[in-house]
Order: sequence, then C-alpha cells, then structure tokens
Amino acid sequence: MMKADGPNMAILHGKSSHPGSATGEVLLLTEPVSFWGGVDHLGNIIDVHHAQHKARMTDKILVMPSGRGSSSATAVLAELIRTGDGPKAIIMRQCDTILVIGALVSAEIYGISMPIVELDQAEYDQLRDGSQVEVVADCDSPAATVTLL
Amino acid sequence: MSKTASSLTLTEEEQAMLAGDHGPAVAMCMRIIVGVAKANGAEKLIEIKSAHADGTLYHGEAGLDFTEKLVELGGKVKVKTTTNVGSLDLLHPGLVHGDATLMNHGRRLMDAHIALGCEPTWSCAPYQAGHRPEFGTDVAWAESNAIAFVNSVLGARSDRYGDFLDLSAAVTGRVPFGGLHHVEARKAVLVLDFSDVNPEIFSEDAAWAALGVLLGNRAGTRVAAMVGLPGDLNDGGVTEDRLKGMGATAASAGGVGLFHIVGVTPEAPTLAAIVAPNAETIIMTAADIRAARDELSTTSSDKLDAVCLGTPHFSVDEFRALSEQLGDGPKFADHIDFYISTGRDVMRQADDLGYLALFISAGGRVVTDTCTYVTPVLNKDVKNVMTNSGKWAWYAPGNLGIDTVLGSLRECVESARAGKVVRDESRWS
Repeated sequence: MMKADGPNMAILHGKSSHPGSATGEVLLLTEPVSFWGGVDHLGNIIDVHHAQHKARMTDKILVMPSGRGSSSATAVLAELIRTGDGPKAIIMRQCDTILVIGALVSAEIYGISMPIVELDQAEYDQLRDGSQVEVVADCDSPAATVTLL
Repeated sequence: MSKTASSLTLTEEEQAMLAGDHGPAVAMCMRIIVGVAKANGAEKLIEIKSAHADGTLYHGEAGLDFTEKLVELGGKVKVKTTTNVGSLDLLHPGLVHGDATLMNHGRRLMDAHIALGCEPTWSCAPYQAGHRPEFGTDVAWAESNAIAFVNSVLGARSDRYGDFLDLSAAVTGRVPFGGLHHVEARKAVLVLDFSDVNPEIFSEDAAWAALGVLLGNRAGTRVAAMVGLPGDLNDGGVTEDRLKGMGATAASAGGVGLFHIVGVTPEAPTLAAIVAPNAETIIMTAADIRAARDELSTTSSDKLDAVCLGTPHFSVDEFRALSEQLGDGPKFADHIDFYISTGRDVMRQADDLGYLALFISAGGRVVTDTCTYVTPVLNKDVKNVMTNSGKWAWYAPGNLGIDTVLGSLRECVESARAGKVVRDESRWS
C-alpha cells in the first residue's frame, strides 16, 4: 500500500488505535519495552536487558513491535504524557491495549491526544530509526497514515 | 492481521450511557471502554458481575487525577468492586516510611476509591476475603495474581485488566467482549506434562513457586494446561494456597492470565475438555523444577536479615499452618524482622482464632492494606531476605535492591529462629 506522494515522500497506511497527530523523529526499538519498570519518569529506557537501554523516548515517534509487561503501564504512560516526557506518538505492528488505555485517559483528563497507530509488517518495515515522520490518526474513521518526510 | 473498520455495536442503553444520559462519569468511562473495544476489534460489550480495582497503588499524579475526576463527576461503581493494595497501611500507620508526597497522594487515591463506592478490601487476595465470583460469570478484575486466580481457580472469566480500565468497567458495568471472556480463548494451546517427575517434590512449597516460574517462562501470555500434578481444591486450602502462589509467580515471570491443572481446576476435569487443537506439549523434568527454583534465590549466603511472607496476601489457612510451625517453640532471633502481609479481613479472623497473638509473641509483625514488596516497609539496613513467595522473590531484588532466598514456610520459621538461612536440600539434591 506504499505509494509515492511527491519527491522522497511515501505514505504508509495503517489503523488508528488512538486518534491524534504528531511530527517527529523515529526512535525504533528492536524489541518491546515495558513502561512499568522499564521506563523512568523522564522517558529513559532503564530496563538493563533491553537492546535500546538508556535511549530516551521523550518527543520521539516511538516505534516498537508490540507492548510488554505489567498492566500498570497504563498509569506510567499517562503520567509521561501529563509531564511532557512521553513520546509524541506510538507506532506498533501489534497494538497493545494497555498503552491505548493510557492514551485514552490522557485525552480525557489532560486533553492531550497522543496518536497510536498499528501498521502491517510490510509498512512497519519501512520505518527507519532517526528518520522524520508525520503521524495522523483519525478519530472517527479507523484509518491512519504515517508520512515519511 | 487485517486493519479493518470497527464493527462495534452498542445497545440502546450503552448508547445512552455514552451520550451522557447516565451522568458525566459514566460517559467518560464509556468513552474509555468503547475506545478499547474499537482498538481491539470487539463486536459488542458485555455486562460484568463484579470488579477488582488495582489503581489503588500510587504510581504518579495521572492515576490520582483520573480517580478524583471520577469522584468530582459524581461517579459510582455499578457492581461489587473490591480494592487491591494501596501505598499505605491504614491500620498500622508507622510501618510504611515513604516521603510526604507518596503518603499524602497514596492516601487520597485510596480515599477516592472509597468515594466511588469500592469496598475497602485493600488486598491482592480478594478471593480469600469473601469476593468469589461464580463459575462461568464475566468479571473485570485487575492485578495479575487476582486475574490468574479468578480465571483459573474459580473459573470466572476476566480478561487481563489494569489501571483505569478496571474502574471504567466498574462504573459502566461493561467490558469489551474479547480475550478470556471468549470460551474458545480459554483453551490450552500449551501442555506442560509433569507425569515423569517424582511426586514427592510437590509436597514442598518451594516447588509450587518454581512451577510458577516454569509456567510463566514457557507460556508467556498463552493459556497452558498442566498435567501430572497432585491436588484437591477441597483439601482445606492447601491446594488453593499453592495455586495462589504458583499463579502469582507465573503472572510475574510471564503474562499468564489463565492456566488449567487437569483434575484440579474447575474447567479441566480432563485434558480433552480444555485442550486446543494442535496444542504444543512439553515434557517437564525434576531438573527443570530445580533450575526454576534456583532462579528465585539471588544469593547463596546464609546471612539473613528479614523474612517476608504473604505475597499474595496471607490466608487464614496459611496463618493456621504457620501457627502449627510456631507451636510453643522459641522466638525469632533478635536481629530478624519477620513480616506477614495480609488483608484486614483475614487479619481479624486470624486474631479471633489466636494465630495472630502467637505470631506477634514470637516476634513477628503484620502489615495490612499494602505489601512489603511495593512499599518502603523494610528497614534500610536489610540486605538478605527469605520468603516462601515466588512473586516476592521475583520482584523484590529489582524493587527494593535486596537479595532473596526462597524456602518453605517451615524453613522460613527455622531460619528466623536460627538467625541465618536454614534450608533442607535433601529433596532437591
């Protein structure tokens, strides 16, 4: 479903798991991270077993295969969104409900809508660590786009 | 997996709830339930009979803001809702020594749950404090050990819920129809076969903690069936407490929300009754159990500073077993801090039965409403701690920065008396 949309631009089509829009730099995780116990209150990955240990997700477009770990991750993500230390958007191959809940609650109580997008494998594989992307996830339709800038 | 349009259908009443006809708190919770249902591709919502709320432990302001906002909007739980542990011991105020913000916000978070109409259970074992949903009923339970127990040991149906969604479900009385609410999703796709293991080892408490590690490691989030294990749920609590401890450890080491033990748990009278087509089978050995048991000890030193029992919360039956060990024997060594975490309901029963007085006179202390692995209770000088809990041993080294030794209840008592680790290795060698 990848199509050219102008010079050096491609648009990936996925599913909106939580609405919102954001532009930023991709932080590509090669494995999932657990927000509870794996990420500190400043958005740093503190799980010493994680391949991207010490990477900081603040203001990044966080890309990872799926979610991992404790259901208290909802509260940790909501808290990161509240303080502004969280990612600008999350893109996953397999959506994690726990993270969707954190985003839903942040939208309800702080009015901050962080998009969460699910991409099929072929589309997901187009994303490169450090590249710039624009994420747009719709509210009423289940469609979402990720534009490679 | 296809990324198709949402196919969620709501009843008229659910649409009215979403539109605000039942008040703003119900509408807010309904938006969250519907948001999750759409993200998961659920086709409808279902009614629940009860909930267990786990957002009671303070993780930051977001959890407090959410819960207090529900109170401010006039929210009330619609179904019986028990509460998991909080950040404070309300009955023994001096025991937890956290900073002022933690204590203040932790208390407000607990108060907000009460204002919503939750029951002040403050226990991760609500199922041993009178909250036992009937077989086959749909519920929304949060906290990983409680989820594993309510699904596996009681045969009620809960998906793996967590903070925010638990209260949203309780306030609306609804959850998305998905996950473990589906009968087909409750079938075992993995079979762990223990038939070749000498059954003597299963008389050791520590073996059940080890089984939890094996189950969590092998199953991850998959539903597994275990065959070749002894037990009877009508044996006066012994098997129930072992399954409580095993499930809690499995839910820590993996994402286990449901397991079956053939011939023991209610959905599994036979393997054929619960096995999925093409399930994978793994033959387990005594060496696997030993290796898993060793994962739960981080030191081989015999130095001991404290003993912590009751993760998940100690039951009346466990207090009885402890009392039998204590008898009229010697007190614990002076330098050993011996804690038991339990619910206030169980503590009262243990008090009435004389078990509490016996434990306290031996030198022990009881912690209620919270737990020693999530809140600062232990003295800062404590380095080496013994426990019979696989879950405590799994989390405490990371949470508290201490070393753990796993032992049976009897070994914990003997070690506390001796002032150093005493373990009987004969069954394990």
